[in-house]
Amino acid sequence: MSDGTKGQSIEEKQYLIRFKADTNSHLHVLDYDTCATKCPDKICTIFCPAEVYKWEDIRMHVGYEGCHECGSCRIGCPHENIKWEYPKGGHGIIFRLG
Amino acid sequence: MAEKFDVIVVGAGPAGTACAYTLAKQGVSVLLLERGEYPGSKNVMGGVLYRKMMEDVIPGFYKEAPVERPIVEQRFMMLDKESATTFSYKGMEWGKEPYNNFTVLRAKFDQWFADKAVEQGALLINETVALECIVKDGKVVGVRTDRPEGDIYADVVVLADGVNSLLAKSLGFHKEFKPDEVALAVMEVLKLDKKVIEDRFNLEGDQGCTIEIFGDSTKGILGTAWLYTNKDSLNIGVGTMLSGLIKHKLKPYELLEYVKTHPMIRPYIQGTEQQEYLAHLIPEGGYRSMPKIVGDGVLVVGDAAQMVNAIHREGSNMAMTSGVIAAETIIEAQSTGDFSEKSLDVYRQRLMDSFVGEDLKKYKDATHHFEKYPHYFEQYIPMINRAASQMFTVDGTSKREKQRKIWQGIGTVGDKIKIARDLFQAWRVMK
Repeated sequence: MSDGTKGQSIEEKQYLIRFKADTNSHLHVLDYDTCATKCPDKICTIFCPAEVYKWEDIRMHVGYEGCHECGSCRIGCPHENIKWEYPKGGHGIIFRLG
Repeated sequence: MAEKFDVIVVGAGPAGTACAYTLAKQGVSVLLLERGEYPGSKNVMGGVLYRKMMEDVIPGFYKEAPVERPIVEQRFMMLDKESATTFSYKGMEWGKEPYNNFTVLRAKFDQWFADKAVEQGALLINETVALECIVKDGKVVGVRTDRPEGDIYADVVVLADGVNSLLAKSLGFHKEFKPDEVALAVMEVLKLDKKVIEDRFNLEGDQGCTIEIFGDSTKGILGTAWLYTNKDSLNIGVGTMLSGLIKHKLKPYELLEYVKTHPMIRPYIQGTEQQEYLAHLIPEGGYRSMPKIVGDGVLVVGDAAQMVNAIHREGSNMAMTSGVIAAETIIEAQSTGDFSEKSLDVYRQRLMDSFVGEDLKKYKDATHHFEKYPHYFEQYIPMINRAASQMFTVDGTSKREKQRKIWQGIGTVGDKIKIARDLFQAWRVMK
């Protein structure tokens, strides 16, 4: 139960969703160097609604298993550095309601 | 799997299913491809489905479809940090036939709708991604799927593959969209007792209410939040232009938490239990962002064609209408067997002559205008709230004196001229 006053983390939100993860990622950073050297903001780590992209010290980590398949990263990456495909048929996020 | 169909429809959302249903009903052999486990499993909508365009496909659908509540009240809240000025229209005519609109949960509704197309004779195949269009001599002749030996052929391929429409892009119908052409929406479904919903939103029986929330709900950037009533749950969400999130370095789920904990909103959702969290893009570039929608052997419908009226939160209705017009165009083309771009262009002409084209043209500059001049949201909404607070607070000041102070509070003569100019510009892009 939420008392409606306390902020809830993205991990808690993601926990509500059913995923059927593919064994292969449908998201590919084309050039990891670009993230490290040319992209100080790493804005994908901010606007991705599922926090799929996480900067881990020296390298971009892509947690594709929790992806909502919205397409924001493909459009929003300032360096067009993300190759974006749909997960294999039947895989990925499975909304039950929305 | 049969190798050749009259028509392949890619995507079982409102546009694709409306198209497949209309075709199948006329005896056209149609394959409806869906990449999700079931239709709706990849789809998200704030929740308002308009009755008229759905009834153009299935008359009386609401008697058996999984709709949540017919909306009898639409509220518009202009939100500041600790205040809100609200407009509302409530009318009993919306609570009975023919109804205006309903809230729906898309995973449920889209499944039901696709099943109806199957009843008419469409073949629905789930869990199948259309990887690319098969093009022969410059003409689309089928799609390549991710199934083994998954090439399927058809006279016409209808691309109803949603906002990202990788297929239309690969055909060169549009370039990659820009962050100021799409809105990122995040939403939660919150479980709440039916009776509590009715008490809290001033409703009787199955009636529903929608609230659109502007201003502080998006921290002044272009976008809206919404709170809609379902049968025994609420949909609360917030959508902003992707460019706005980038510019202001905002995390969408933190913005949603901000909305949920806002003192004007918090009481509505108290005691609810989260059921689902969802994110999706909305194509909000409008008329100017529309891709090419007709080619040799191919039509583009719904979100894939950027058909959303962001000002009036309409989209699924335009999608359905485009699906129906596409189907009618294909059926007519069958009589001559000519599925060339020239022959199928009837689709584009009829669509642009319908309310879809008319409304997209009407608002072609609106999103861009409000994106470019953020002070409508940042400054004017707080200004309206301050004026309302001053005017309605009884503190011994005369009403004339209050009016004078409100007028002074707006700023210098220069500021007032600027506001007048802004209001005129807003009218110009909305008229």
